Amino acid sequence: MKNKLTIAARGDREIVMTRDFDAPRPLVWDAHTKPELVKRWLLGPAGWTMPVCEIDLRIGGKYRYVWKKSSDGHEMGMGGVFREVSAPTRLVATERFDDAWYPGEAIDTTELAERSGKTSLTLTVEYESREARDGVLAGPMSSGMEAGYDRLEELLFSLKGTKR
Amino acid sequence: MVTDRSPALDRVFHALAHPARRAILRQLTNSERNLSELSAPLRMSFPAASKHVRVLERARLVRRRIVGRSHLCRIEGEPLADASKWLEGYREVWERSYAALDELLEEMKVKERRKRGNDPS
Repeated sequence: MKNKLTIAARGDREIVMTRDFDAPRPLVWDAHTKPELVKRWLLGPAGWTMPVCEIDLRIGGKYRYVWKKSSDGHEMGMGGVFREVSAPTRLVATERFDDAWYPGEAIDTTELAERSGKTSLTLTVEYESREARDGVLAGPMSSGMEAGYDRLEELLFSLKGTKR
Repeated sequence: MVTDRSPALDRVFHALAHPARRAILRQLTNSERNLSELSAPLRMSFPAASKHVRVLERARLVRRRIVGRSHLCRIEGEPLADASKWLEGYREVWERSYAALDELLEEMKVKERRKRGNDPS
């Protein structure tokens, strides 16, 4: 199995990511659902830590993540509610960022399939509208501007003083 | 809301969403072409091709200049470069996280093996 990340738009409102892992499914499930493990890898760009990682893993339970940029202390929070918890196969939760960088709420569906001790992960993020989804893919850039990785870091994780 | 949501980039993605428009862009990659030249290989009517070119123009992917009765079209590469840069950045963030997850999973596998090794049953 190749371990390459694919990202693609699907239908009107979805972004689908796939990635394979050289590990059995129960381990990949645990890495996605135990807070002490999630904070080890769900890091975002370089220079950010994850001081808050709370997971109440049950239908109707809440999760909350907060990332913090080490250089200036800026924080980015997000969270949601679990809609489906089917270990070790399927996890469905809502998602909303404190400083919204897309309109409304999204629904994250994580699906794990195992073959010969290796796991395929599919993460589907469904946005409220096509515009919201396209905005995530297109990114908050004005035409003609250079958007380096630093700028992505700024915009993705620290939207301050947003104006519309 | 996102600070500088770009309707301009929305137009780029809308423009690229149609296969005929992608075909038009491919034709323009290395040369300027007029509308008749663009519509012929697509077996498309002139007004249909013109409509697609207008969408591409609004997305600033194509620029048109009129010489006599000819509408000469050429590709403008910069908006496409911008769009792909964003997507690459988004991808890099996720690739970094999943690379860290790869390392964590290796650690977890070692721990599992050790646990099983210590368990005589």
